Amino acid sequence: MRRVDLAVIGAGPAGMAAAVEARTHGLSVLVVDEQPTPGGQIWRGIEAANAARLQVLGDDYAAGLAAVRAFRDSGADYLPGALAWQIDPEGLIDVSVGGRSRRAAAGAVVVATGAVERPTPLPGWTLPGVMTVGALQILLKTSGLADDEAVLVGSGPLIWLAASQLCEAGRPPRAIVETVPCGRYLGAARHASSLFGASDYVSKGFKMMRRVRAAGVPVYRGASDVRIEGRERVSHVAFRTGRREHRLETACVALHQGVVPNPQVARLMRCAHEWSPAQRCFLPRRDRFMETSVPNFFLAGDGGGIGGAKAAALEGRIAGLRVAEKAGRATGSGYGEIERALKRDLAVRPLLEHLYAPSPEILQPADATVVCRCEEVTAGDIRHAVSLGAPGPNQLKSFLRCGMGPCQGRVCGLPVVEIVAAGRGVAHDAVGYYGIRPPLKPLTLGEIAAAADDGEELAAE
Amino acid sequence: MRRYDTIVVGGGLVGAAVAYGLAREGESVAVLDEGDVAFRASRGNFGLVWVQSKGDGRPEYARWTRRSSDLWPGFAELLAEDTGIAPDYHKPGGLHFCFSEAEIEARRAMIHRMHNVHGPGGDGTRILDRKEVQDLVPSIGPDVLGASYSPHDGHASPLRLLRGLHAGLAKRTGAYFADHRVQRIEKDGGGFRVEAGGETFSGGKVVLAAGLGNRELGAQVGLDVPVRPLKGQILVTERTKPVLTMPTHVIRQTEEGTIMMGDSQEDAGFDTRSGTGVISAIAAHAVRTLPWLATVRVVRSWAALRVMTPDGYPLYEQSESHPGAFTVNCHSGVTLAGAHAQALAPMIALGALGEELSAFTSGRFDVRAN
Amino acid sequence: MFERTDAGAGGQVGFFFEGSRVEARAGDTVAAAILAHGERSVRTTPASGAPRGPFCFMGTCFECLVEIDGVPNRQACMVVVAEGMDVRRQEGAREATP
Repeated sequence: MRRVDLAVIGAGPAGMAAAVEARTHGLSVLVVDEQPTPGGQIWRGIEAANAARLQVLGDDYAAGLAAVRAFRDSGADYLPGALAWQIDPEGLIDVSVGGRSRRAAAGAVVVATGAVERPTPLPGWTLPGVMTVGALQILLKTSGLADDEAVLVGSGPLIWLAASQLCEAGRPPRAIVETVPCGRYLGAARHASSLFGASDYVSKGFKMMRRVRAAGVPVYRGASDVRIEGRERVSHVAFRTGRREHRLETACVALHQGVVPNPQVARLMRCAHEWSPAQRCFLPRRDRFMETSVPNFFLAGDGGGIGGAKAAALEGRIAGLRVAEKAGRATGSGYGEIERALKRDLAVRPLLEHLYAPSPEILQPADATVVCRCEEVTAGDIRHAVSLGAPGPNQLKSFLRCGMGPCQGRVCGLPVVEIVAAGRGVAHDAVGYYGIRPPLKPLTLGEIAAAADDGEELAAE
Repeated sequence: MRRYDTIVVGGGLVGAAVAYGLAREGESVAVLDEGDVAFRASRGNFGLVWVQSKGDGRPEYARWTRRSSDLWPGFAELLAEDTGIAPDYHKPGGLHFCFSEAEIEARRAMIHRMHNVHGPGGDGTRILDRKEVQDLVPSIGPDVLGASYSPHDGHASPLRLLRGLHAGLAKRTGAYFADHRVQRIEKDGGGFRVEAGGETFSGGKVVLAAGLGNRELGAQVGLDVPVRPLKGQILVTERTKPVLTMPTHVIRQTEEGTIMMGDSQEDAGFDTRSGTGVISAIAAHAVRTLPWLATVRVVRSWAALRVMTPDGYPLYEQSESHPGAFTVNCHSGVTLAGAHAQALAPMIALGALGEELSAFTSGRFDVRAN
Repeated sequence: MFERTDAGAGGQVGFFFEGSRVEARAGDTVAAAILAHGERSVRTTPASGAPRGPFCFMGTCFECLVEIDGVPNRQACMVVVAEGMDVRRQEGAREATP
């Protein structure tokens, strides 16, 4: 069994920063990440990107190169293509690499598994040809692929970022269908005070919108009643703006309603969580050093609450520094400067959270809409089970199998919570969330059977 | 105050089966349950309706189990008709694999003892050699030497059963209250007053079916319920095309196509975490039994606490000091669901447990202690 | 149609999708390569037989499950294409026995 001072799960901005910081203080660090190369989703494929692609993806993407280099040079043991599938409260971690499992023991764990896109249950969203806006962007980052038929539907800054990048790549999307109610842009003015110190983000936002307009992309604002149509695959997306009905022909619909923390590891660890009305999701409770309710178990970056790449890296540094301090390898000074930078960077969040709050129709989907994609459980099935008395997600899982498929509840978790909270008329905190258990992703029985014999050392790259 | 003929404490498989049975007897029933996160042995149930080896050393349990198994086909049909939710019950017989001659001999001796219980007709359980097992399950591993087989064994979906019972209850005269953990039960004239979730309920009778919670609740109505947790872990795979034609005592394929494995037993207090060591051992045993399972993926694991009495047999009792207060305890919520709904519930409705359940009171523990 | 917007950095690799040879770029995930090939759907569901295609591209949704080199239910968005790889679509639940 391999023993380290710190294990980091995830090699995105937060995980890399935590590893670099801990290495600065001489800690032994093991970084486990599922992707083949470092950078997380935000800087995915960055080491392989040529000048043309860096130009298309912009400066914030290119900034990842320095972070990845610092991480590569840090002396942390980096294990790519690796899945941490079980973590116990004592810091024992089961890691699957290439179909074989090995164990590591860590004095502290920093989880930096980032965000996932908020699930967007809408009529027709399971049809082939429907994907997420994040998916469109990943295709551009890793393969230089773009579909000029793409219709981007929903709400959030990523829609404008992805659209402007597609324009830059010379294949603008067919349309943007924004589900932000028109009144929201006016209401956002109330958050003008939060713009102080966040003008950089806001001016970037306007720049992206101008770029998309300049490319002649039609933008439908204030859209609602979104329906995706097709038989074996997408053929149209229909929606309303005001009293006008629209129906666009397309083979590619990309959905987005913001991002939320990837909850799997923190839930596996049974960390205490609280519902965030502003971010409309559960957030793990953390102290100012990013430590969760489970001692020596830290959560840094978007997995602890959405703040973006810069904030994630700052949180990673704080967590790494704290782990070093608790291990007696660093003094307690040095937090102040990082915390001030973090506060500045997060100043834009209240504005974004207000403006891009998720659309009501994905929070309370129509009865016929599939919510659990794996087991094909509809919103109506869930409402019926709630009417029988099912108090929360775990009893619903028993009743309906929602969350029992291969994605292990990753997609239906939040929508189920929303439907139960509305159906029972209770607070989200009273509804709770799926209990998450190992393995964190499906693994073969053969591999799990061999997991207990731990003869070989977990070797890093 | 809400008034009911009977208040059932606990909405798991045991409580829901009794409550459904009572509702079918025409009673008005309230089921008071905990919230979404509770120990809930029902969610960890393996789904066997299992007869062979049940009650070895306790003939009354063997007969009670067999009775439930005999009731199951009609019970499953009834539930499906009542609610449209079939509990996926099948009775293809069941296998208990043996990996050594000593194990086969032990099973053979067990069958012999059980024959004495079930009378000259026996219960049909018999030993199969490797070749005979292969005819039923062609894909067994080389280490499987034989099996015991019983035609009375079957399996059902514990999840669909629970949902069906709740739907049946809702359709009849039952009311279900989640987030109503019971705090206090006391005598109230000829009946009971129950405080739960900030409300007061009134019932002519009260049935404690709260699993491990029965220990504490029982004390309030003069019932000694010495139950303790015994942890069990199970693994569930991705769906596959149908491959296992009958259940075994540790591996079965569900109607949906997932394959379940389990039967671990740990004395771990109230800890419900899934641990790598036990998960790995379950996986290793499954692969040894059916080697092709090595390539099938586990989608989830589960750990739950069985409700165990000191001797492992059920505990059914009416309170002497508080007549009308009953307790129901067992770790076979699926196997016994037929009996609980269709044999036990009618007894409770009449206000007295029948003679066939007299062996299942807590008095037996005192005798042993002496 | 998904089309390439740049020349890319790596070379070409060839793999087999449903038995036909398909050219991909080095570094493509199997899911990206299938999309670039013009396919949107990779399987039908075990529950209802509905068609599904890659959705999230980051390993979350498990919609892009395909059979790769004889191993069913692999996440196509998490596997990088290798020369000669044999990729097949899946109809319903996988077979359990080889």
